[in-house]
Amino acid sequence: MTVRVQSADFDVAGEIAALRAGDARVGAVASFIGTVRDVNDAAAVSTMTLEHYPGMTEKALEAIVAEARARFDILDALVIHRVGTLQPTDQIVLVAVTSAHRGDAFDACRFVMDYLKTRAPFWKKEVTADGARWVDARVSDDAAAAWWERDAQGPESGQAT
Amino acid sequence: MPDSAASPQAAVTLRLVYLARLRDAFGTSGESFAAHGDPPTVATLLAALRARGGVWSEELGPARAVRVAVNHELAPAGTVLAAGDEVAFLPPVTGG
Repeated sequence: MTVRVQSADFDVAGEIAALRAGDARVGAVASFIGTVRDVNDAAAVSTMTLEHYPGMTEKALEAIVAEARARFDILDALVIHRVGTLQPTDQIVLVAVTSAHRGDAFDACRFVMDYLKTRAPFWKKEVTADGARWVDARVSDDAAAAWWERDAQGPESGQAT
Repeated sequence: MPDSAASPQAAVTLRLVYLARLRDAFGTSGESFAAHGDPPTVATLLAALRARGGVWSEELGPARAVRVAVNHELAPAGTVLAAGDEVAFLPPVTGG
């Protein structure tokens, strides 16, 4: 289980190869890559700066990964989140999970991402034609994280679709 | 309180950290702060900061979804604060 916060870009193929290297138990790798869009809330975005809270960020990500490991049958997980100034099309975040089977890999990957969106102390500030502005948190992110709480409490809530 | 022999109203020195939008709004990334209370808690600290008025009462008011972390862990309002604690004020997060 690895979490990294860094300004440098990351190589997805190399990271995934390292994550599953030599582990023949792995039958499934699920990954998610978040990237910078050029439009947010109907405004053109020229650059975006990602800030975090050093010290807390790593602890929060490690707690999220530990929670994923407790909930799902996974073998390993990797989270890389970039900070600093990024441009549209740049990679922001990578979550990769290995498991024996696809179900746990998909679910754990989505779980980590949904919780990261609401619990990890990162903030985006974007530059548009109107100047710099802090991005507002989305209600849908809280709803996505809450979905997992409902899932944990009710056995009949079914599978992710 | 009759059952408390501890020195009343002794100030506890905290390190306050303001992040992202709050840093911009307050014009500072943090400060050293002498917190009072018997004992001082996250709630009494918030009240003391709001009492500064202006942008402080606005940004830390009940309508704002500001979270507080004590020593890098999210902390509820009743959390008791001790000397040397790092208390951070976090706007809603927007990473990923």
